Amino acid sequence: MPTLTYRDALNQALREELQRDDNVFLMGEEVAEYNGAYKVSRGLLEEFGPRRIVDTPIAELGFAGIGVGSAMVGLRPVIEMMTWNFALLAIDQIVNAAAKIRYMSGGQFGCPIVFRGPGGAALQLGSQHSQAFESWYAHVPGLKVIAPATPADAKGLLKSAIRDDNPVIFMEGEMLYNTKGEVPEGEHVVPIGKADIKREGSDLTLICHSKTVSVALKAADQLGKEDIAAEVLDLRTIRPLDTDAILGSVAKTHRCVIVEEGWPYAGVGAQVAYTIQHEAFDELDAPIERVTGADVPMPYNRALEKAAKADPAKVVQAAKRALYLES
Amino acid sequence: MAGTATKEQRPVKPDAATLDEWRQWLRMMVLIRRFEEKAGEAYSLGRIGGFCHLYIGQEAVAVGTISALRPEDYVISAYREHGQALARGMSSRSVMAELYGKATGCSGGKGGSMHLFDAGLHFMGGHGIVGGQIPLGAGFAFAAKYRGTDQVSLTFFGEAAANIGAFHETLNIAGLWKLPAVFVIENNGYGMGTSVQRSSAITDLFERAASYDMPGVVVDGQDVVAVRKAMDDAVRRARSDSSPTLLEVRTYRYVGHSMSDAAHGTYRTKDEVDEYQARDPILVLANRMREAGALDDAAMEAIEKDVMAEVEDALRFADESPEPEPESLWTDVYAPRPASRAESRDN
Repeated sequence: MPTLTYRDALNQALREELQRDDNVFLMGEEVAEYNGAYKVSRGLLEEFGPRRIVDTPIAELGFAGIGVGSAMVGLRPVIEMMTWNFALLAIDQIVNAAAKIRYMSGGQFGCPIVFRGPGGAALQLGSQHSQAFESWYAHVPGLKVIAPATPADAKGLLKSAIRDDNPVIFMEGEMLYNTKGEVPEGEHVVPIGKADIKREGSDLTLICHSKTVSVALKAADQLGKEDIAAEVLDLRTIRPLDTDAILGSVAKTHRCVIVEEGWPYAGVGAQVAYTIQHEAFDELDAPIERVTGADVPMPYNRALEKAAKADPAKVVQAAKRALYLES
Repeated sequence: MAGTATKEQRPVKPDAATLDEWRQWLRMMVLIRRFEEKAGEAYSLGRIGGFCHLYIGQEAVAVGTISALRPEDYVISAYREHGQALARGMSSRSVMAELYGKATGCSGGKGGSMHLFDAGLHFMGGHGIVGGQIPLGAGFAFAAKYRGTDQVSLTFFGEAAANIGAFHETLNIAGLWKLPAVFVIENNGYGMGTSVQRSSAITDLFERAASYDMPGVVVDGQDVVAVRKAMDDAVRRARSDSSPTLLEVRTYRYVGHSMSDAAHGTYRTKDEVDEYQARDPILVLANRMREAGALDDAAMEAIEKDVMAEVEDALRFADESPEPEPESLWTDVYAPRPASRAESRDN
């Protein structure tokens, strides 16, 4: 199986879907001639031409809405947000139009559209360029939210997202683009709404997604050295949530830590923790722990930024609290 | 030379086809007027809930523009869209039933006054966020161009929406990409209670087209014939040349912004409302037809009677229609079979 970067896996998914269906097109800032701000769309203009690979002005609200309109009449746009930070300018079109068209019209119109781009913190980009928005969009009925952690999942889930008949929020990890992994060639489709156990274990479950999967895996390695077997459950899809997989793992381990890049208040972990305590109250042997980004805007200073991020040490600590090994 | 001059002049006496068209426009404008009056009454009686923005006074805008379109073209509007829905051919029954929130409404009772949709007629909705529908309208035009059809997209919005970012972002893109779109500023003078003079640095809003490399046209919105003429030109540019137009139609609403807003007394005077009513769009067309000998009192009375019967029928239908099934609360949130398209392709 070929080894690809996360970036190239996304590129492969786009290329294959563009080849498969003429209704699929890619639109966004710098996606064509510049080959993408993060080079995800490298070579696509050359292969598919300017009709299918469309450079836009810096006008997130405008081109997001044009995408939504085109999806209402049957095209299948992939709208690249250069980063999810900029998508705040387009959120009216995502929340008030894309997510609600089907419902408001009594089912007459659908909106098969993918909004994709990098999210989460990179390195020292400061407050406005370092944030995770999964919970914002997961809050909205009508949207699906995906945040893959590996190159194989990135490819398989982007293909599913493009084929889905609903608006899909596809959040790529800004720090993951250069990470490598084996990626199946050709028709590799990962279903939306299915979590994946990235490492098996019996002592506790680390629930994570996107960049925090690697954080949890490192923490699991460290815990392993202390004979603690942590299971790493990658949500992959934030909405719809794979409740069965979560409950199955917790029923096995009886303890869990939820790890995410975003802020704690009303975060993804809050919903996951609610689901676990409501559906598996009797399975729990300890309170659910959370490791999140610090509840502050992201600082620029390197040391402060490190302190604000979820990291393996914090996850190990939280795991030990869940195991009553530390207070 | 002489031939050209004759061609450009309006015939002194309209031909039979023109008169026939005018008769249809007149009936539609009267229908919208009476429909809205009855909707206002039903609102006061508590049969219609939420917000309700009436179109009374603006009828010539919807009729003059939409009548220029083909069935395959697209129409999208804001939340004062009952009149446009009717002008597009949606039945009085389905629109009134939607205002009543009934299962038989055009959006199954889930949309309401601000969200009227009809996929079959390419009526792409009323939208409730000021200016939010403008990029969607450009999206339909984008799709037409992408597919190589000659469809045209008509987007309505109020003059207050010409100050919002979505307007400027969309018109820039539409001009840049030469989208087959007509953007109609329905300028009724007020965004809620704020006049154009108090909201816009320039009050000739059609001039904003200059920034976006498209023709900007202004037309008297009380004269349906003039509106239609301007719209014909805009549609021709869109369909034949894939070129967008910004069309400012100057009109007036006789009623308040919504049902909770008095017609006059706060931000405008009764004299001002009276002044516009003297140039009522129905009156203007009726006079034109009378001058052409194509309308008399009896004919006008017949139209009124016919229209009232239709509106009364719509009210009865809405009243007697069933409420949506309780389970419908949970439907239409997501596509019925996620990824069904992919499956069908793969099989």
